[in-house]
Amino acid sequence: MSTLTKQTLSHLDWLEAEAIHIMREVAGQCERPVLLFSGGKDSICLLRIAEKAFRPGRFPFPLMHIDTGHNYKEVTDFRDKRAAELGERLIVRSVEDSMKRGSVVLKSADESRNKHQSVTLLEAIAEFEFDACIGGARRDEEKARAKERVMSFRDEFGQWDPKNQRPELWNLYNARAFKGENIRAFPISNWTEMDVWQYIEREKLELPSIYFAHKRPVVRKGALLQPVTELTPAKPGDVVEEVLVRFRTVGDITCTAPVESDATTVEQIVIETATTTITERGATRLDDQTSEASMEQRKKEGYF
Amino acid sequence: MEHIPTQENGLLRFMTCGSVDDGKSTLIGRLLYDTKAILADALTAIEKTSKKRGHEVVDLSLLTDGLQAEREQGITIDVAYRYFATGTRKYIIADAPGHEQYTRNMVTAASTANLAIIMIDARKGVLAQTRRHSYITHLVGIPHLVVAVNKMDLVDYDQATYERICAEYRAFADKMGLTAQGFDVRFIPVSALAGDNIVDRSEAMPWYEGPTLLDILETAPPAGTHERSESFRFPVQYVIRPQASDDPELHDYRGFAGRVESGTVQAGDAVTVLPSGIESRVKAVHIGGEAIEVGHTEQSVTLLLEDEVDISRGDMIVKSGNAPEAKKELRAMLCWLSETPLSPARTYLIRHTSRTVKAKLSGIAYKVDINSQAHVEATQLAVNDIAEVGFKLAQPIFADPYTSNRETGAFIVVDESTNNTVGAGMVL
Repeated sequence: MSTLTKQTLSHLDWLEAEAIHIMREVAGQCERPVLLFSGGKDSICLLRIAEKAFRPGRFPFPLMHIDTGHNYKEVTDFRDKRAAELGERLIVRSVEDSMKRGSVVLKSADESRNKHQSVTLLEAIAEFEFDACIGGARRDEEKARAKERVMSFRDEFGQWDPKNQRPELWNLYNARAFKGENIRAFPISNWTEMDVWQYIEREKLELPSIYFAHKRPVVRKGALLQPVTELTPAKPGDVVEEVLVRFRTVGDITCTAPVESDATTVEQIVIETATTTITERGATRLDDQTSEASMEQRKKEGYF
Repeated sequence: MEHIPTQENGLLRFMTCGSVDDGKSTLIGRLLYDTKAILADALTAIEKTSKKRGHEVVDLSLLTDGLQAEREQGITIDVAYRYFATGTRKYIIADAPGHEQYTRNMVTAASTANLAIIMIDARKGVLAQTRRHSYITHLVGIPHLVVAVNKMDLVDYDQATYERICAEYRAFADKMGLTAQGFDVRFIPVSALAGDNIVDRSEAMPWYEGPTLLDILETAPPAGTHERSESFRFPVQYVIRPQASDDPELHDYRGFAGRVESGTVQAGDAVTVLPSGIESRVKAVHIGGEAIEVGHTEQSVTLLLEDEVDISRGDMIVKSGNAPEAKKELRAMLCWLSETPLSPARTYLIRHTSRTVKAKLSGIAYKVDINSQAHVEATQLAVNDIAEVGFKLAQPIFADPYTSNRETGAFIVVDESTNNTVGAGMVL
């Protein structure tokens, strides 16, 4: 007893091995899974993990993006390019189509479409009869996520019930669901923002250009930088500045803010990530500030 | 601030056992705070809440209260996972409630932990709950225990008090067989609130010459080191067959995808496939279609075999001459997780590695009184009960005793009518 295996895995090796294992469990247990790929850094990591899990075979699932129509072109272009390079099928479903169908009704024309992605996602799940969605959410992102399971059960309304989650023990994941119900699987649950950047560095993963420092017109809103775009024009009285920024997280234009940075390489971003004093969501999300519990609320309603 | 690992010392998963009163959440908050894993905005949020609640100092325990219901009730009811890193190592903390009615959450948290911190209030000493927590960590096979005697500031950092509690715990640990079975038990006097001996050495306790809590964490064996078994165990999760490929080399590619649960594997190894018993040799070990030399414990790899063998999900590849026993009758320690009691009349599903079989209860030997650890008679099991049970299986599983292999000795019980995970089992 107690003879140690001499070589141990580095933390990235171990996290990668866990993520591969989870993805293969989804493929082994579910009939029609899908991988949600937005072109963002977390789902870019998921694609590399899928390659390590299934190559030289094809992925046992298509890729899908729920597009609010308010994404940066650099990111959606990258999304299309990456899917084509991998030779995997990419499905895009848009919130605008849901609006046309009348299933999404905005309170006002300039209301953020971000939270309405849930509706479009549920419609796409029904359309393709997906029984599992693999996503790049991480437990370190937000308090409510810290308690979410790796395989998270959603009822037929897509709802997450935080008080009634399935126990998850050892590495024995239970992805069973009845027709109409859905499993959300999060292979990089145990990764932090730092792990993601270190993995991108180690694997030399390509990223959309807006992750790196670039000049952009912004308006300062408290501690946040609101990008000035066609969708988010400067309002009277706003002071527009050209600032060197990068995005720590990319998402809907109306609710994602860049941070000041001169980091032009992944290596520099790793160093910045190590010295930052603000959490990823705190620095970048214009919609999470309202209430300490706002993410939990959205997730109960079916948000990813 | 997160640290950039300069010297790669792997990853450690540990859990904390204690109640709110023992200062468990404060301890976690302290670890996160002193290793600078808490960022300014998160700190501002808890400062506001602390003020709102009328606390004078920042209540670090607020950092670990995740869900709305818990914030309202001021208690932790589910397992939460927290992360921090030092210059050399990444940590995953499983934070579970310690109260008796949450035994199942503790078992869940313990299942993936390699080290447990048992919190004892220096004013109260070893309590029934200390024994309960220790029993659970022992049952779930956590090899490293750290007994943290907390709130030393409230007993004037008194050495005699600390020594008395240590002696009391040692006597209990000996009785439970912890030390005889090779479990590593260490003691440390701390004050989570004041930060004594957590990350920084305590100036108030010069009489304590041992390592700080973080020192202990930094030197414990990390994930991926199997301390109990070197037997190669490879449950097959998925078969990779690149069909419709125009590359002729890939035509015959059949890769068996899985995680090395224990031991190592490399090309040339003689292997046996279970349940068929067919033997072959490993042709290559791949990750993502590229060859690697050795597949290590807890690494996810793809195995290619010399011979064309029919293998599917649920099969297990092992080294020839070192196979686990095929079991159609299972004796196991079972923790019942569901509000619906275990029924002898029902058929359940048992998930063991990547294999799922139908199972029926064949008997309950005894139930464990979780506070006294005494064996009591039982005819049924309710939520949070722990018992020795027997199951009859429709097909065999290939299991090792849990005490020698946590990965191939563990199983979950699933209720087919709800698809819920209702039981957690450890093979005897």
